Amino acid sequence: MSSEKDTGAAATGGADAASGGETRAAHVDHGVHTDPAALVEFSSAAEHEHAAATPSGAVTGYDARRTLPFGVELRRQFHRRRTHLVLGLAVVVPLLLVLAFELGSDDPDRRSGGFIDLATVSAPNFVVVTLLVSGSFLLPMVVALFFGDTVASEASWSSLKYLLAIPIPRLRLLRQKALVAGSLSVLALTVLPGVALLAGVIWYGADAAISPTGESASFGVSLVNLLLAVAYIIVQLSWVAGVAMFLSVSTDAPLGAVGGAVLATIISLMLDQITALEDLRVVLPTHHARAWTDLLAADVDWSAMATGAFTSLCYATLFGVLAARAFARKDVTS
Amino acid sequence: MLRIVPRPLVRLVPHGRRTRIAAAALAVVLLGALIVVFTTPGEDPPSVMTHEEFIEVPTAPGSPSQERLDITLYVPDTARETPAPAILLPHGFGGSKRSVARDARELAERGFVVLAYTARGFGRSTGMIALNDPDAEVADASELLDYLAAQPTVQRDADNDPRVAVTGSSYAGALALLLAGTDERVDAIAPVMTYHDLGQSLLPNAARHGRFEPRSPARMLATDDGVFKQGWAGVLFSGGLGAGGIGPTADAPEPGTEEDDVTTADPAPGSQGASGSGPDVGPDAATGARPCGRFAPQICAAYNDLVRDGEASERTLRLLERVSPASVTDRIDIPALLVQGERDTLFGLDQADANARDIHDAGGEVRVVWYAGGHDGGGPGATLRASIADWLAFQLEGPRPPKDNPLPAFRYDVQGTFQATRAPSVRVLTADRYPGLDRDVPAVDQESVRLSGPEQVVINPPGGTPAAISGIPGFTGLADSSARPGLLNVDLPGQSARFSSGEFTEQLLVTGSSTIRLQVTPLPWSGGARGTEGTGPLFVKLYDIGPTGQRTLPGNAVSPVRIPDLRVGETVEVTVSLPPIVRPVQPGHRLELVVATTDRAYTNATQPAAYRIGLAGSGELAVPEVSGEATTSGWPVWQLAGIGGLGLLAVALLAITALRRRRADGVDESLADVPLDITGLTKSYPGGITAVSELSFRAERGQVLGLLGPNGAGKTTTLRMLMGLVTPTSGEMRVFGHRVRPGAPVLSRIGSFVEGPGFLPHLSGAANLQLYWDATGRPADKAHVAEALEIAGLGDAVHRKVGTYSQGMRQRLAIAQAMLGLPELLVLDEPTNGLDPPQIHQMREVLRRYAATGRTVLVSSHLLAEVEQTSTHVVVMHRGKLVADGAVGEIVAAGGEASFVVDKPDEAVAALNDVDGISAVRADGDTVHADLDGLPRSTAVSALVTAGVAVENAGPRRRLEDAFLRLVTSEGQEQ
Repeated sequence: MSSEKDTGAAATGGADAASGGETRAAHVDHGVHTDPAALVEFSSAAEHEHAAATPSGAVTGYDARRTLPFGVELRRQFHRRRTHLVLGLAVVVPLLLVLAFELGSDDPDRRSGGFIDLATVSAPNFVVVTLLVSGSFLLPMVVALFFGDTVASEASWSSLKYLLAIPIPRLRLLRQKALVAGSLSVLALTVLPGVALLAGVIWYGADAAISPTGESASFGVSLVNLLLAVAYIIVQLSWVAGVAMFLSVSTDAPLGAVGGAVLATIISLMLDQITALEDLRVVLPTHHARAWTDLLAADVDWSAMATGAFTSLCYATLFGVLAARAFARKDVTS
Repeated sequence: MLRIVPRPLVRLVPHGRRTRIAAAALAVVLLGALIVVFTTPGEDPPSVMTHEEFIEVPTAPGSPSQERLDITLYVPDTARETPAPAILLPHGFGGSKRSVARDARELAERGFVVLAYTARGFGRSTGMIALNDPDAEVADASELLDYLAAQPTVQRDADNDPRVAVTGSSYAGALALLLAGTDERVDAIAPVMTYHDLGQSLLPNAARHGRFEPRSPARMLATDDGVFKQGWAGVLFSGGLGAGGIGPTADAPEPGTEEDDVTTADPAPGSQGASGSGPDVGPDAATGARPCGRFAPQICAAYNDLVRDGEASERTLRLLERVSPASVTDRIDIPALLVQGERDTLFGLDQADANARDIHDAGGEVRVVWYAGGHDGGGPGATLRASIADWLAFQLEGPRPPKDNPLPAFRYDVQGTFQATRAPSVRVLTADRYPGLDRDVPAVDQESVRLSGPEQVVINPPGGTPAAISGIPGFTGLADSSARPGLLNVDLPGQSARFSSGEFTEQLLVTGSSTIRLQVTPLPWSGGARGTEGTGPLFVKLYDIGPTGQRTLPGNAVSPVRIPDLRVGETVEVTVSLPPIVRPVQPGHRLELVVATTDRAYTNATQPAAYRIGLAGSGELAVPEVSGEATTSGWPVWQLAGIGGLGLLAVALLAITALRRRRADGVDESLADVPLDITGLTKSYPGGITAVSELSFRAERGQVLGLLGPNGAGKTTTLRMLMGLVTPTSGEMRVFGHRVRPGAPVLSRIGSFVEGPGFLPHLSGAANLQLYWDATGRPADKAHVAEALEIAGLGDAVHRKVGTYSQGMRQRLAIAQAMLGLPELLVLDEPTNGLDPPQIHQMREVLRRYAATGRTVLVSSHLLAEVEQTSTHVVVMHRGKLVADGAVGEIVAAGGEASFVVDKPDEAVAALNDVDGISAVRADGDTVHADLDGLPRSTAVSALVTAGVAVENAGPRRRLEDAFLRLVTSEGQEQ
């Protein structure tokens, strides 16, 4: 505080403070003060410019449908360390797996017939294994992070109220944030297999995919299958997005929202282990999480994937509607 | 000051909680609906009563001695009102009526009266096993039809003629055929994985000299003098000794089933003799000591005959012929549904093919189903069982019969390959006719596949061991679903000749029994002294070879071949039928024909022998291919419909929201020029806390309006409501005549800074402001970002991350953000907090000048001095209520009140009370207040001086300060 006083007093002298040398600014970067000239400039601008209003009561130039454009929200989110971290993880995990397979024992007698043992056969196989090992936790966590954090972090920064005061209609704010979070999730969910494919091609070669039964699909065909698999995973994870979004508007703690969505995943995975539940497990959102492996067979059975997509979308819709409802009626106090 | 806020009764449950309750209820309802959709089997099945008893039947026709059969009658309650068609349900070999309990209950719940019974020689029934002898088991079944005809719940076609169908698996299926061929009263049959000719099933021989061109897909050569299937025969025999059923332990996979469904889908108690043998053992069960257990003597003798040398005597052959359905199938002219397994090394598809041909020729309507199971792969799954029940209902015209025949003429499952996480996928294909059944039905298409390979010499090792392995009877399906397919396929070097096709470029769907012509030349056995006749068996099988060399023996089936009249050195040409299979051979795969001299499932020749094997002619393998259409049930129809429904729901919700948003709020034109008008504003929270109560005030253009009140007075809540962040409980706020609500467009005319700054910490100050303006979507030239930044005066710090800013810097940046776009109403909450005096001074100047442009500034503060110096007008709040409002000057020096600081307050009060026109005199410490009502202050002063009171100070009474101080100091002492 005292330094502010000092500089405030010292700054009565000059209009040069604003335009002044960088060296000086570097020394006294507490030198916050308003240049009287700036004040005059601002007042005269305010004097000469009086905005008209539209019949809806808005200031001319305001259109609710143009608020918070996709690109703006993307810029707001993309420069966050969290985003860089997740995308970095999506790049590092496949490389980590390559390292693990390189370090691990290469004894063919230890093969037990699963996909894991076929990981190093070819690039498509490596992608399949990467998706299998990251499918239970990493991928849901990525989605939970982007969706759970998006509104809650604004609340924790207190910037949410200023966005709402623009005003950005609440449902539009939620929609734009969901679009951006969705795009970032899709990006991360594509980067991971993309890097895995690249690493696979470099280390294991662009060969045909081999399934544990010895069925093979050519490199080109397996690429299409993998693309469909990623598309299915994206749709399947929509339930995590819905839950995370709902938690995100319900709490001001970003960690709580993300953690809550991850917790929901874990609980669903736990319940799925209990075979005594039998048919009831079908409604668990993670029950069909691995249905995409059906795509690897020559004779694709779509029913499990369709059921998985349907259950996931049910949850996504339910929680999406709840999130919209809660957010539209919420008193924003932070 | 204790106030009770009157609230309507409706609000007994606070608003927020109601929302949550509603949301939770919605979630529960939707989740419940989801569970119901997934798990409801449809309508409630009727409740089923069971009745158990023993029925006496003659031991043999005309015989005075009786046997007792253990029966259970399942009667659905619907049949008590209207008599229903009946189903006779025998059990598989080694089982009892308990092993069919699940099937019986399912059929009864479908609406049939079901009679399940334990056949003679098994369980608690008495008698000896005669292997479906016409005079024993078949006659028993006829007696049971009499029993059914006597039941009041069973529909009758005529006197002593119940409307009845017979269905059952394996041994029971054969009984169904035999009964249908001998008893006219049977109206329909659905035998499952059963045999046509028991002799050919146990002693197959699939080769002969000369050509063979089958017209139907699974027709095989059936030549005499076959090779004994000793593995399966042993299993059957031990089943008759009470070792348990020989039926498969699990259901076959179906489209949509999952692995754990498959492995746990055996709820029928006692389907395996071991688990249910306790109370289900018959009176003379302690027969284990007898070498043949409960087998009838003639059966025992036949078995002994077979195992001795693997060859059947004439007597044995006659017995097998007598108990085979083949003896009667040409007399069956009723509808028949033949269900046969594709994974069945005991009774292959060829058996159903033979039954189908005979019944069709006799005039019976035949439907053929090949499913992905069998004695090696599992019984029919739930979907297929339901289809069978529907077909029975269709043929018996009840209960609840389907309008059309639920099954096509021919239906077959194509089992995909093993999947990583679940059971193998299954695809169902249908054809509108079973090829080759009649002259007018075209024969099956034969695809010619060229095999190649040199002539190879194979030897039969002395003693027949070691032997090749194709599968283990009854366990093959189990082993094959593991992660090691091909575990059970072992061919021994030197004992097998191989002939391979080229790689396929497109998929070939093998549907039935392929045919190949081979050249076989017996060679002299060098190791032995004597020459050999070399008639020992050969085993021919067809492998699917994957691109990586993965070998799969589809169905684990082999064709045993015994060629008569072989002479050393003489080459004979034979035609061999390969086992019927359904196998999609993928592009890149090859087919490989293997001819081996040994196989563990059969009796092998013990004499050493050697053969030269070669392909005859051009080595063409004739592969049957049935073109079927995929059934639509394979498509996830309801899931896709559900996804579509969700889409519609989302669209509908969006439309409703859009409509509600469009609903215009009334505009009050009279207030069009009033920046802010608040009337009756109240905000109370759940729990009875009222933050703002009945607040009304107004701000005009050009004003700097101070909102003054101690902490907790409700200032911030008021400003939040003004920003559309908090919804008022009642009352309204209008900005330029437009009502404020969350997201109201009129909010765009307000610039606000309320309760602390809010920035993205990872971005610089300048970027924050720029992004904020971009987020408004308004034209960039209206923003005045540069001017606002200069007002903030952060210097070069604007390019640093906001996370590094001090509190004061953030505060200034936030105020600059509020000013972006030069809003007509600027709302600032405690704007001078954290600023030092020169900055505060500047801030006042900024606000004054801003208001001078005709705009309005609303400043909240808890400091009187602050408001006094900054504002032109003031609104004082306390505990959510308006205390005073007006121009600062008016309030500060209101009316004619004056205050005097005196040395003797009591005397001063008395003196002032004496003066005419002075009223409301009271003392407050050293200060005396009085209403002078227009009298000059000097008059009062002179009155005081006259009374001998020393006046230290005289001036207008500072009512605002008094009021404010009183409020602030009395905090906590009230209520």
